[in-house]
Amino acid sequence: MSEQFAEFENLLRKALAPVEPPAELEARLELNLASIVDLATEELEAWELSSMGDPRNWTRIARPVAAVTIGSAAAVGLVLVRTQRKRHKRRNEAAGAVDLAGRTLRDLAREARRVADDVF
Amino acid sequence: MASSEHTREHKARLDDAFSALYKAHLRDVYSYSYYRVGNHHDAEDLTEQTFLQAYRHFERAQRESEGRPLRPWLIRIAHNLAANYYRDRSRKPQTPIDDAGVLSAPHTTEDLVEDRDDLKRILAGVQQLPDDRREALIMRFALGMDNREIARALGRTDGATKVLIHRAIRQLEEIVKQDEGPDA
Repeated sequence: MSEQFAEFENLLRKALAPVEPPAELEARLELNLASIVDLATEELEAWELSSMGDPRNWTRIARPVAAVTIGSAAAVGLVLVRTQRKRHKRRNEAAGAVDLAGRTLRDLAREARRVADDVF
Repeated sequence: MASSEHTREHKARLDDAFSALYKAHLRDVYSYSYYRVGNHHDAEDLTEQTFLQAYRHFERAQRESEGRPLRPWLIRIAHNLAANYYRDRSRKPQTPIDDAGVLSAPHTTEDLVEDRDDLKRILAGVQQLPDDRREALIMRFALGMDNREIARALGRTDGATKVLIHRAIRQLEEIVKQDEGPDA
């Protein structure tokens, strides 16, 4: 009985073999994460320089502005990348140019909402 | 300035650690996502969102993990996002999953057809399991997580997780037997 169980487990292990992520996903993810990291670093440096004049403003003005800028730039990039990725699917499903434009706008809005949830 | 230097160094260390986490577990998160949602397109989206969420909360997770592995935390993020995915789209996992591990696993020629049928039946059976049992099996067999890691990812005790996995395998065996028919 336990031999059967082990055999079944072995089959299960084969059936649920790990799935390699597509190389394209790996590259895209690395790019997105690197962009966010770079933007955050650049903004951190810019914030330090601009805040040197008046340290009292550091927490009051510069930090929130830096946070919003980092988030906004990264988010816009992500929305565009994600929307662009779905262009083939949209083209295949669209009934015509107007429909395609509508689908593109809807995708943009949907991705913007999703990125807003993720990033902010 | 010493303070800002410290902040920069701290951030660089965090980014390096996150990069290592990402490289070590991209395949885990993707495999989990794939078996949860059943297609590559949505699995890519889910993986991407998981790492973005993880990046947002990485510092706190690292602090609170007290040196324990962060894989269960990552998988828990993917689990929550997958739950939202189903809620948003009001749908269940798509079946069949037939072009992932089954096709990528090495097979000898003579075993190929028979094995592939068995594996397809098993995969179809996995999709019929209750959510918690299905997830536990994905974590155990696709990701190779041990009971403790799965328990952390699912928010259960080690003992409850062990029972959950045992019952999941038993139930799956029954489903596959029924699918094979009375002569099997």
